[in-house]
Amino acid sequence: MRFHFKLLVPAVALAACVSAAAQTPDYKNVGRPPTAQEVQALDIAIGTDGKELPPGSGNAKTGGIVFAQKCAACHGENQEGSAQAPALVGGKDTLTTLHPKMTVGSYWPFATTVFDYIRRAMPRFQEGSLKVDEVYSLTAFILYRNSIIKEDDVIDAATLPKIKMPNRDGFVPQNTDEIHDWKKRGCKLGHCP
Amino acid sequence: MKPKDSGRRSFLKNGAALAGLAVGGVQTARARAVPDEKSGAPAKDLHSYGERSRFETSERLGAMGLYDPAPPGYHRDFGWRNPIQDSVGYITPASLHFVIAHGYEPPDIDPAEHHLLIHGLVDKPLIFSMDDLKRFPSVTRAHFLECNANGAPAGPTGQYRVSPNATAQDTHGFTSCSLWTGVPLSILLKHVGVKPEAKWIIGEGSEKGKHTKSIPIEKAMDDVLIAYGQNGEALRPQQGYPIRLLVPGWEGINNVKWLRKIKLVEEPYMGMWESTKYPSLRPDGLSRWFQFQMGPRTVITRPSGGQKLSGPGFYEISGLAWSGGGLVKSIEVSTDNGKTWREAEIQSPVYPKAHVRFGFAWDWNGEETILQSRCTDEVGERQPTVVELAKFWKVEPDFFIKTGTIPGHFNAIQPWKVNPDGSVQNAISF
Repeated sequence: MRFHFKLLVPAVALAACVSAAAQTPDYKNVGRPPTAQEVQALDIAIGTDGKELPPGSGNAKTGGIVFAQKCAACHGENQEGSAQAPALVGGKDTLTTLHPKMTVGSYWPFATTVFDYIRRAMPRFQEGSLKVDEVYSLTAFILYRNSIIKEDDVIDAATLPKIKMPNRDGFVPQNTDEIHDWKKRGCKLGHCP
Repeated sequence: MKPKDSGRRSFLKNGAALAGLAVGGVQTARARAVPDEKSGAPAKDLHSYGERSRFETSERLGAMGLYDPAPPGYHRDFGWRNPIQDSVGYITPASLHFVIAHGYEPPDIDPAEHHLLIHGLVDKPLIFSMDDLKRFPSVTRAHFLECNANGAPAGPTGQYRVSPNATAQDTHGFTSCSLWTGVPLSILLKHVGVKPEAKWIIGEGSEKGKHTKSIPIEKAMDDVLIAYGQNGEALRPQQGYPIRLLVPGWEGINNVKWLRKIKLVEEPYMGMWESTKYPSLRPDGLSRWFQFQMGPRTVITRPSGGQKLSGPGFYEISGLAWSGGGLVKSIEVSTDNGKTWREAEIQSPVYPKAHVRFGFAWDWNGEETILQSRCTDEVGERQPTVVELAKFWKVEPDFFIKTGTIPGHFNAIQPWKVNPDGSVQNAISF
């Protein structure tokens, strides 16, 4: 019996493979190619290399004007924050304290995220209302007030991805290739060391 | 008004009066079967779509207060917790599933107008209608969904979590479990053809904040679903109607609701939430980001905080266990403040990355004691104590309540103190 059973297993396994292969459909005509406009409307995510950044530019001077009109009501005139919105400046050297102040300047690892998030989600309740140059200008203004760039520096698709944020090296694992393997990283108990 | 409608209203009114609903003159918000004679609004036909008994009053609880005061038209609360202490079995009703959307309201999406775009590093970018997605094979799987900050003892919810008067809803309300139905993302990705250099997917939602999350391709090809169903019906708007990402066992933030786009890319996108709000900042100043997998956890739901035992005698201790690591392999209960632990009985189907209902027979002698539970999952991880967690973080235990950050993944064992008068209290200590 044992002998026969052993013979049977590969035969059954093979049959299953063949039938599975024969049955895998090609899902013909399910979904259609998107139009260029459809992709453009949705393709707003900016990666850290900035290659999706749109044409346009801005600097901190113009950004300050836009900020006073459209952002200061919640984030405060000096970006100090309020009950409605977080502070955007300050917090240097606080990350090792019990009450760290985690702002764009002290915490955010990538400057491209500032542009992406303003364009995507700001101002709150009027999302999507800012022009591209306004987004570049506001990004420049916040970076300038955090002493990361100068007031006249032009921020655009070429310059923004090159900015190294103060806390860029504050995240582990630093190499994003190492993020993939949870076990290799020594994560335990639902926590990563 | 059509005669038919009039008849239905009259029937409902009489039925309600017979059931005693309209007696007493005080109409509560829950007595909705009674037609409103003043406004003339049509009564809800509960034969067409049901509601629970008016005696069942368990509700989600909002408590985080992101906006203070809230702008007109917006809820003050940031998140709503599942009343887990009232739960039975292992499935959470969709109407009670916890809700966190970073302060955004569900968009009002007509599924006939909604599409999912898959593009980026693929052979043939495609756009799918909701009908297209239902032409693919579907799967139905039980999975828990848990917020990274569930049970965090500091941060916006910390005060509720550590209060002696905390209920299980306060301590563990940011987890829920559903039967999710949808298309395996792997089928869609094979259909569009993933290029070898694609290492991550980024999913994006349709709400005002357009939440975006990066997920490694290995996970996307493993067990991620494009879910359109929850517990046998369409997703609720609060859960991402008409489609959401369902990323089993991983932090809730990955499960992008109102999904409109998936892009295949080489590097994580480093969106605002994933790169600045969800990393865990440790006392050495370094932050652990992309932590993904939720650890093993249990909570006793009966008896739990705020409940009261009527006197000495028999009680079935009942609770839930789950782990992002896969199957829950063993569940233990202690009724003597952790001196001895004994195996609990598993009382529901055991699925990977899903809640499991457990029970434990207990004769209460009427004396003060502490009840606890813990589990071990199939990868061998056991739910830690507060002290074990602190060692792993390289902090003193009181760091977890003193820190100004949100200590995520706080899956420590939950102690419930039973007082001699039968009252039950939260006994977590640091």
